[in-house]
Amino acid sequence: MSVKLFDFPGGIHPPENKQQSTRTPIRPAGIPDRLVLPLQQHIGEPAEPCVEIGNRVLKGQVIATVAGSLGVPVHAPTSGTIEAIGDYPVPHPSGMKDTCIVLQPDGEDQWTELAPLGDYRRMDREEVLRRIREAGISGMGGAGFPTDIKLRPPKDRKVDTLILNGAECEPYITADDMSMRERAEQIISGLQVMAWILRPHRCVVAIEDNKPEAIAAMENAATGTQVEIRVIPTKYPSGGEKQLIQIVTGLEVPHGGIPADIGIICQNVGTAIAVSRAIHQGEPLVSRITTLTGEALANPGNVEALIGTPIRYLLEQAGLDKSRLNRLVLGGPMMGYTLESPEVPVIKTTNCVIAATASELPAPDPEQPCIRCGMCAEVCPMELLPQQLFWYARAQEFDKAEHLNLFDCIECGACSYVCPSSIPLVQYYRFAKGEIRVQQAEQLKADRARERFEARQARLEREKEEKERRRKERAAAAKAKKEQQAEAPDTAKAAADATDERASKAALVQEALARKKARNQTGDKKQAETATAPERPPVPEANQPEVDIEELEKQLLKAKAKLENMQGMLNEARTANADNVDKLERAVAKNTERVKRAEEALEEARS
Amino acid sequence: MSLVQQSSPHARKAMPTSKVMLWVILAAIPGLLAQTLFFGWGNLINVIWCIAVALGSEAMMLSLRKRPVAFFLKDNTAAVTGLLLGLSLPQFTPWWVSGIATASAIIMVKQLYGGLGSNPFNPAMAGYALVLVSFPVAMTTNWAEAAMLWDGAPGFVETVKIIASAQQTTVDAFTMATPLDEYKHKIATHTAAEVLQHPTFGEGVARGWEWVNAGFLLGGLILLARRIITWHIPVSMLAALAFMSLAFGSNEDLYAPLTLHLLAGGTMLGAFFIATDPVSAATSHQGKLIYGASIGILLYIIRTWGNYPDAVAFSVLLMNFAVPFIDYYTPPRTYGHHKPPRGIAGKGN
Repeated sequence: MSVKLFDFPGGIHPPENKQQSTRTPIRPAGIPDRLVLPLQQHIGEPAEPCVEIGNRVLKGQVIATVAGSLGVPVHAPTSGTIEAIGDYPVPHPSGMKDTCIVLQPDGEDQWTELAPLGDYRRMDREEVLRRIREAGISGMGGAGFPTDIKLRPPKDRKVDTLILNGAECEPYITADDMSMRERAEQIISGLQVMAWILRPHRCVVAIEDNKPEAIAAMENAATGTQVEIRVIPTKYPSGGEKQLIQIVTGLEVPHGGIPADIGIICQNVGTAIAVSRAIHQGEPLVSRITTLTGEALANPGNVEALIGTPIRYLLEQAGLDKSRLNRLVLGGPMMGYTLESPEVPVIKTTNCVIAATASELPAPDPEQPCIRCGMCAEVCPMELLPQQLFWYARAQEFDKAEHLNLFDCIECGACSYVCPSSIPLVQYYRFAKGEIRVQQAEQLKADRARERFEARQARLEREKEEKERRRKERAAAAKAKKEQQAEAPDTAKAAADATDERASKAALVQEALARKKARNQTGDKKQAETATAPERPPVPEANQPEVDIEELEKQLLKAKAKLENMQGMLNEARTANADNVDKLERAVAKNTERVKRAEEALEEARS
Repeated sequence: MSLVQQSSPHARKAMPTSKVMLWVILAAIPGLLAQTLFFGWGNLINVIWCIAVALGSEAMMLSLRKRPVAFFLKDNTAAVTGLLLGLSLPQFTPWWVSGIATASAIIMVKQLYGGLGSNPFNPAMAGYALVLVSFPVAMTTNWAEAAMLWDGAPGFVETVKIIASAQQTTVDAFTMATPLDEYKHKIATHTAAEVLQHPTFGEGVARGWEWVNAGFLLGGLILLARRIITWHIPVSMLAALAFMSLAFGSNEDLYAPLTLHLLAGGTMLGAFFIATDPVSAATSHQGKLIYGASIGILLYIIRTWGNYPDAVAFSVLLMNFAVPFIDYYTPPRTYGHHKPPRGIAGKGN
């Protein structure tokens, strides 16, 4: 079983500060007055509420669902009444607000009907995955990727190794450590479910050697199973997914790829517990183990808190000394972020809260110039050149920073930790990454605008050519007609003259007849006139159609031009998603009608 | 309750620049001690004088550049520049020569390029090269004869007087050609055995010099142990020097032997204290290896075939020119990538 372990480059050994929160067993945090449940607790899509204000819900009942695949539902962590649905502060580095469901617990903590899966080995794997998804399980260590998706590697990838990440390399945090000490059986059973789904060759639990109790408990629980417990040297950031894979397998996740690309899946200890509960007890994810630590707390330790429990409630329970609290960090001291207020709730990824005093996490010294000492490069686990990246980030030479693989930075903070010039390096990298992303978005927008502009130019050009072509055709037609007319007038005139002559003769005859009639039937003038009217010479009528056709042609062209113009406007509006699309559509329809009518009229006139 | 808002990491445990520089100064003590024991008070006086000039020039330039004076003086980097010059200059260098070297190092090479961290050249070596080229006589005739501090070397006051006097008439009595100089100029007409008769060589490799180099080697090992420098530059530099000496100058009747190259002159001071100046050196491990080895090769070439008996300053400065180029072509391979991002952004890779 002793397969070789590997090392990763760089790394640091910050003071562990773990003993403060491992002295007492995990304690239940109890039920607070209200629970705030963000609809988005992980990467991916937010859930949609499926309850209404005033509804009574039971513990474990689904209160928000997700239509797409990149998200998991949210469950009521206890029984109670839906009090509100609205924007509340959520745990996020920006301190932003997001949509949350507020639940007022009734204190009864009454479960909804649970359906354990029984022997999952007899089930279809899809069914088990569906259960994991319906239990609302997303990764409980890092970014909180929906677990069922992670357990569905690309079809063409064979999973070789399933790694359960129990390294917990970051100082202060002991949630995984305490979970492994106290819930080793559950972790192994959850891991076995995941192993059954993935069917890997190896199933490894990696634990840093600074957790002897956890190692003993896990080894005990793993006896008689295929699970390997690997003790890895304590070095930050060994628990980084990429680093842990390197330690356990010696392989590197390719740039831009995912661990599944090299046949590896990493899962978190807390996730294994959640999977075990979902499959064996039928319980959805409604609580998690969170470390409460820091010198501003009288009773640091680990608690099992309901999802949605306000952090203020947990801190007060742990004996917060408000006068000493200086910095509230969510997560560890290396990668965690500060909170603006303790009102934010515990979510599925909340592994640690540090209520730090000013002396515990002191303000950094003023930044000094970089002397390129290279200590940052010595500790970088990704083998980047932090000092060069800093240089380029500060000079805003982002192309050069990108060239030196800025985006491979995992923001572990080891470089900032050792920098003698006290430069907040990670902050510079975040800034540079942000700027590059903005630039890329702008570039994309500009590219689209250019494409659109070019398309418009091309269309206008085409139209111009078309117009020109038609103008020439018309000119040619007109010329031809003129020539025709130049010949035609003689015959036409002759014909006209002939008709004239005939007509006048007829008229004379008619007149004579009329006079005679009038003499015979005096006074009946009107009758005589109506009688004579249809027999009026048809001279003017012969010329009339000629004029009409030309007029109609002109009208038709005009209508056609207008229609084309309208259509162009409509297309533009459609690509720009403007709100006058409807109006333009109607206008185009109207003009199409007009053109059709003009064509019909012309046709009629011609025939 | 007003909570501190801060970007991660929240924990920091760094040795500040001022302490890093303090360690460099402390690590130089064994070498300085050996210099003083074997060559008298000259180096110590130079060190004190050069540090004073360095701090004064730094303060003046900082205030001219409207920078916080105390904040930057406290980083000890100007003091290190003064220290390195004091350790490198001949023991009886006239005060104004060392003063010009130090002042130009700080004013022109460091501050006019933007101060700490922005200088492309090693300030101490640029200052040294400037006076070596400008005042060649003062820079070659003022090396103290190896004589124990308590036995034959001029006393402290006398040394101060020699350094401070403009004429320097009395100095000849206490000076002597350096071993590298002596060997270089005599070996053309003499055998190695004859050359080594000269008292500058003493009974070991090079009287006094071997201890001075041992002292700086010890200091360098302290810096390595404290992780203030990495092994790449000193090891590659010394290895390249050794390789050149063995490959091209193994005949002692024609070329100075390897032991002399390693233990006479400024070899160890250069390898551990000067070439390792991070501001003007290459960045990555591979870059440092190339940079150090190139310095070692240039050091041997100039010492052997050039006009100067020693060449740490020129070798380091020449390679300072090459640092941006080396850096472009030697970044490490990042995790998950097949090859390192060589060259300039947008090209290659």
